[in-house]
Amino acid sequence: MITRKPEPLIFELSRAGRGATAQYPAAEPLGDVPPGFRRRGQPPLPEVSELQAVRHYTRLSQLNFGIDTHFYPLGSCTMKYNPRACNALAMLPGFLGRHPLAGAATGQGVMACLFELQEMLKHVTGMAGVSLTPMAGAQGEFAGVAMIRAYHRARGDLARSEIIVPDAAHGTNPATATMCGMKVREIPTLPDGDVDLAALEAALSPATAGIMLTNPSTLGVFERRIVEIARKVHEAGGLLYYDGANLNAILGKVRPGDMGFDVIHMNLHKTFSTPHGGGGPGSGAVGVGQRLLPYLPVPVVGREGERYRWLDERDLPDSIGRLSGFMGNTGVLLRAWVYMRILGAAGMRRVAEYSTLNANYLMARLAEAGFEPAYSGRRASHEFIVTLKREARELGVTAMDFAKRLLDHGYHAPTTYFPLLVPECLLIEPTETETREELDGFVEALVAIRREAETDAAMLKSAPHTMPVRRLDDVRAARQLDVAWKPVTA
Amino acid sequence: MPYIPHTQDDVRAMLDRIGVPSIDGLFDEIPVALRVESLPGVPDALTEMEVSRLAAQRAAADGSPLNFIGAGAYEHHIPAPVWALVTRGEIYSAYTPYQAEASQGTLQIMYEYQSMIAGLAAMDVSNASLYDGASALAEACLMAVRAHRRSKSARILVPDTVNPVWRRVASAITEGQGLRLETLACDPATGRIDPAALAALSGEDITALVVPQPNFFGQLEDADALTRWARANGALVIAAVNPVSLAVMKPPGEWGDGGADIACGDAQPFGVPLSSGGPYVGFMACRMEHVRQLPGRIAGRTVDAEGKPGFTLTLQAREQHIRRAKATSNICTNQGLLMSAATIHLALLGPAGLERVARACIARTSELVAALTQLPGVRAAFPGPRFHEAVLKLDRPVAPVLEALAADGIIGGFDLARDYPAMGDALLVCATETRTRADIETYARALGAVQGRAAVA
Repeated sequence: MITRKPEPLIFELSRAGRGATAQYPAAEPLGDVPPGFRRRGQPPLPEVSELQAVRHYTRLSQLNFGIDTHFYPLGSCTMKYNPRACNALAMLPGFLGRHPLAGAATGQGVMACLFELQEMLKHVTGMAGVSLTPMAGAQGEFAGVAMIRAYHRARGDLARSEIIVPDAAHGTNPATATMCGMKVREIPTLPDGDVDLAALEAALSPATAGIMLTNPSTLGVFERRIVEIARKVHEAGGLLYYDGANLNAILGKVRPGDMGFDVIHMNLHKTFSTPHGGGGPGSGAVGVGQRLLPYLPVPVVGREGERYRWLDERDLPDSIGRLSGFMGNTGVLLRAWVYMRILGAAGMRRVAEYSTLNANYLMARLAEAGFEPAYSGRRASHEFIVTLKREARELGVTAMDFAKRLLDHGYHAPTTYFPLLVPECLLIEPTETETREELDGFVEALVAIRREAETDAAMLKSAPHTMPVRRLDDVRAARQLDVAWKPVTA
Repeated sequence: MPYIPHTQDDVRAMLDRIGVPSIDGLFDEIPVALRVESLPGVPDALTEMEVSRLAAQRAAADGSPLNFIGAGAYEHHIPAPVWALVTRGEIYSAYTPYQAEASQGTLQIMYEYQSMIAGLAAMDVSNASLYDGASALAEACLMAVRAHRRSKSARILVPDTVNPVWRRVASAITEGQGLRLETLACDPATGRIDPAALAALSGEDITALVVPQPNFFGQLEDADALTRWARANGALVIAAVNPVSLAVMKPPGEWGDGGADIACGDAQPFGVPLSSGGPYVGFMACRMEHVRQLPGRIAGRTVDAEGKPGFTLTLQAREQHIRRAKATSNICTNQGLLMSAATIHLALLGPAGLERVARACIARTSELVAALTQLPGVRAAFPGPRFHEAVLKLDRPVAPVLEALAADGIIGGFDLARDYPAMGDALLVCATETRTRADIETYARALGAVQGRAAVA
């Protein structure tokens, strides 16, 4: 329940000497810590009762939109229902209490689940091997580009220092290439949403390490000439990286491995419905074709007869190494395992079918209502773009104004101003778990907002009106930086 | 159809509206040759009841042994409200607060978290989380190179008293950008950074020195002296700290003359279960002068159009979605849910509770060391002072001893043989506030029996 009542900072509720004392262990002396090593005075943490803390964080939660409370069509983020069973089963005591270094003898249960997850992900993407260790999509991308780099190096092909990235790509793609020490070459997209093949050919050279592609792309369309692209990149000696952000759209219908991709990351928090948690934890499991198998990040679950064990640097000496302190976001992986077992093979395919049905239905209804799809001649994938450039020109209202006013109508806004190539855009991803009625309601809200823009544009420009706060001053936030509460000192 | 709400009427009406005869028609832009009709290798669906039974069997098989390992992940009591609150749908099923007005809860929690971490570390600012402690150290090394413009060497001294896995992760992540991570030897007598090894590097161009506190062996480093050396030699200081210890130990911001530049670590001990290895939550705080080099999300307090206080993501010009190839890091989604758990955990414990946890860790570990070193063939590798871990030397190889203990339901510690072969038969043990005196006695009895058995054999 969204409320406009402000909630103080937890520090403002604090009173010296108060505390949730049921949580305190018994008092002990400080032992042999030398005086010079000790902290002077207590850290500035709040002192509140257990009820105060529970009430405070319950109230804060009520200031949020979540999938459980609102339709959340945030494009490129796959905000579908996170089944509660996934959480309940990942939190079973045997999984939850287990120390990661406890040894394979006490980890056969969890490793069986992780091994099955590796196998299912392999089959659903058409790859030869999977490592579950990357902790989010961006880390999966890092693993992928690092493997491409390791592959070229192992062949003595040291000149390959460029990664080609289409201009529609997520920002993480070029940022990842930089982190791996690669140079980024950006190539344009054609007006129909496909990659510009002539520009690709011009960009390919003996310096090409690989290309990073999202397919369907962030423009919400399937790259139709993917086989030709793969052939050209491979002929030039490069490898193909698949950004799995939009895997939901094609799950079980077409596999990245069959398209010619050499390496792929999956966002388990998107496609396999693990929670988004207010910004993570994610999981960016990577899959590879045969030639990148030796470079997979460790550890990987191996099976020997009926026993499972972690394969590490000793088993995979050419691995790009470790990316996490243990074995990745295990609890997230268990949630994805539960989800995949409940869906099964047929359920995987239904994910793609019904997310695509919902997106195309929503696009058709919005087009009928006079909104302009950015790629109207194309089939939508699981998401699509509406451009509000006409509304901006004729009515003086922006995509951001529409987004903010949608909040007042009880809908989380779609992704705004991404991808960067489409002006005044909303990237809308309804997902397969939404009902037709919910989609219809969303159309009606957008229609009502446009009508309001024609009669009372100020209502949009000053939206939202019913949220806990009105539009926030981002410039002030950056200029008068206030990122930590400081105790008032006498 | 699990989780898909469409009736047959819905499907028909929706396809009519789109103008295609079948759902398959929606995939007509995908080349036919690429399409698959089935997914051999993916099992058929189970009901929630069936998966529940399978998961319960597997979780039960993993049991609930008595745990004495730390080595980067620590068993602490987690107050019941923590996970009851973070699994509320409004927190669990929200995403990164891109629409600030509809995400004030998440944003305020981020701000409170940043305040708590900055306060604990005595640093000016904290980001709103990184993946885990290991990758946070990698990001700290990259950040130090960006922040220290006068240093040209990109040399980072990473002592071998730093968690060996964290060192491997830092190498794997920083290698592409040409960083040179150099190890610094440990003094085998003290289990701390060897001051002579450091002195030998005086006068060289070093970008940063990593100071672990407590170090991987549980030993307390002389953080003041190390920080002073770094200052005198023009190097930045990266503090890699256990956040629980900060309740009683001098915080990085107060080390030496002027404090550390960057503090990082894993906030897993704050409300995050061991969970077979993750998800955990990395933290990073720094001095204000470096804030524009800090990776990750940051929430800021500002005002809305009516002048009312509110929160929003800020300094986004550092981030990949704005700066693309020139961003401070590629990090995007990371550990929001765990960041929330850590915040609530710290709010419940407060300064007094956290101090008691830290003191109980020190007390239990010293009792553990006392109990185990009374056994024949077991001695402490190093004198104190230490926090909640200690290295024990055994008179025989560690691996079979640990196997025998596991058969008794005891996870006896972490075998250092692989990472520190020069240390001989060395075992890293840990006791937090969750281990009782009775637990420690149980361990001592079992280890005594194992040692006795082996001696007879």
